[in-house]
Amino acid sequence: MKNELIKILRENARMPLEEIASRLNAEPVAVAAAMDELEKEGVICGYTVVLNEAMLPDAAVKALIEVKITPRREGGFDSAARRIAKFPEVTDLILVSGSFDLLLTVTGRSLQEVANFVAAKLATIDGVLSTSTGFMLRKYKESGKIMQDDEDYERLKVCF
Amino acid sequence: MSGSKSVSETFVADHIATLPKSGIRAFFDLVNTMDDVISLGVGEPDFTTPWTIRESGIYSIERGHTAYTSNLGTPALRRRIAAYVERNYHARYNPATECIVTVGVSEAVDIALRAIINPGDEVIYSEPCYVSYPAEIRMAHGVPVPITTRVEEDFALSPEAVEAAITPRTKAVLFNFPCNPTGAVMPRDRLERLAEIAQRHNLLVLTDEIYSELTYEGEHVSIASLPGMKERTIFLHGFSKAFAMTGWRVGYACGPAPLIDAMMKIHQYAIMCAPTVAQEAAIEALDNGESAMGEMRESYRERRDFFVAGLNRIGLECRMPQGAFYAFPSIRSTGLDCTEFASQLLQLEHVAVVPGVAFGPGGEGFVRCCYAASREELAEALVRMERALKIMRKR
Repeated sequence: MKNELIKILRENARMPLEEIASRLNAEPVAVAAAMDELEKEGVICGYTVVLNEAMLPDAAVKALIEVKITPRREGGFDSAARRIAKFPEVTDLILVSGSFDLLLTVTGRSLQEVANFVAAKLATIDGVLSTSTGFMLRKYKESGKIMQDDEDYERLKVCF
Repeated sequence: MSGSKSVSETFVADHIATLPKSGIRAFFDLVNTMDDVISLGVGEPDFTTPWTIRESGIYSIERGHTAYTSNLGTPALRRRIAAYVERNYHARYNPATECIVTVGVSEAVDIALRAIINPGDEVIYSEPCYVSYPAEIRMAHGVPVPITTRVEEDFALSPEAVEAAITPRTKAVLFNFPCNPTGAVMPRDRLERLAEIAQRHNLLVLTDEIYSELTYEGEHVSIASLPGMKERTIFLHGFSKAFAMTGWRVGYACGPAPLIDAMMKIHQYAIMCAPTVAQEAAIEALDNGESAMGEMRESYRERRDFFVAGLNRIGLECRMPQGAFYAFPSIRSTGLDCTEFASQLLQLEHVAVVPGVAFGPGGEGFVRCCYAASREELAEALVRMERALKIMRKR
């Protein structure tokens, strides 16, 4: 049931418990218990919202930053990564294979704020060799949701 | 109007002039005038065609594939159809001579009937059924012989009733399982009995399996796969329902070479070929569309469970349909006939369902509700239907 439950929550984490239960052919209490368990296990870390920020009046500035770091003898990439992750400005952080090591999303109120964070905090962290910052210009898709999808069109109301 | 014909009317062929139009046209027109109607009256998926299929169609146009294809359809598509049918329906067809790509399964049914019917030949078919069957039999100068399926038998076709209807003029038996409008399926044992009858009486079987991928419990069995049946079966299928491709108009027929060849003649003169873009998109559907199809099927199943439980809860008795995306509840408890029920439901609460009689007289007492609507719409439809039922029962 857990895999099916995760699939549903990925699509819509706000789906009412009763509806999830009916989709899974289970009792609501059983679904709630499974969700609790997933939370306790740390599989589910939170429930958030997918936004088209461009439509907000005071849109945040976001940057995707590629970071190269020197792995430590003990802890590898972990110590630098964990340290960077603590900054609230860093909204996403993943370790990747390829020509750089960490990929970050940094969010700030202005371009200046993000630039300051990169120069003053990120670049000075022990082990950080280089950073490459790309400011986000427009978002087309996030978490499976296409921004401003305009696919609606009128279907027949009745047909055989 | 004194009943006399205008000059132009006298030019219409007798068998077309006497062909009934769908009896519920007025009802459909009324639905189309309403803005806030919740429609359970459609006969198509509520999904848009999966993107990978649409993208292939776009690519086909980009490359300039805008010419005719061979009459039978592109060899690449026919090869994939043969492989798909063998894998899923366990019937083996030669893509070079035993498959034809048509403009939807509707055309496949039409040219199959026209290819086999001599004037006056009888075709037995199960009813309630898709509205085209009796009309297409008539247009081919055949005689439609309906067998009414019954709710007590979960609307499966009775082989014994078919046998009882056989006369020296009987040419073929036509059916569609999973069934539009009932959602019924045909269990293997009934198909085996039907196959035995077809062989004993030397009948051809036309099996429209357009909803077959949308079978929710148990196996879907094609009569074409049963021993001795391939030589006397035309297997009819298409992409509309399972791959959400209704507007692309692409279907197919598989059958013995002499029958496909006869159908090809009609298709060649009337249609030339199915749209090239649609054929190339259909290739992508068979190559890479099956996982999207599986997700759509699961979504229909969830909505079916929810909606059918809801119908029974509000007092419209409904057996669990095993396939397609239709629920066919009985409305007899209201004391109304199905047309009156649908009309009152539309006017009282703006919910559109299709009266069962639209699918033949055997559909009286039932309405077809398509649950390929959003969960919110289904929930709201149930609330409105419950309110309408209270008023109907007080009247």
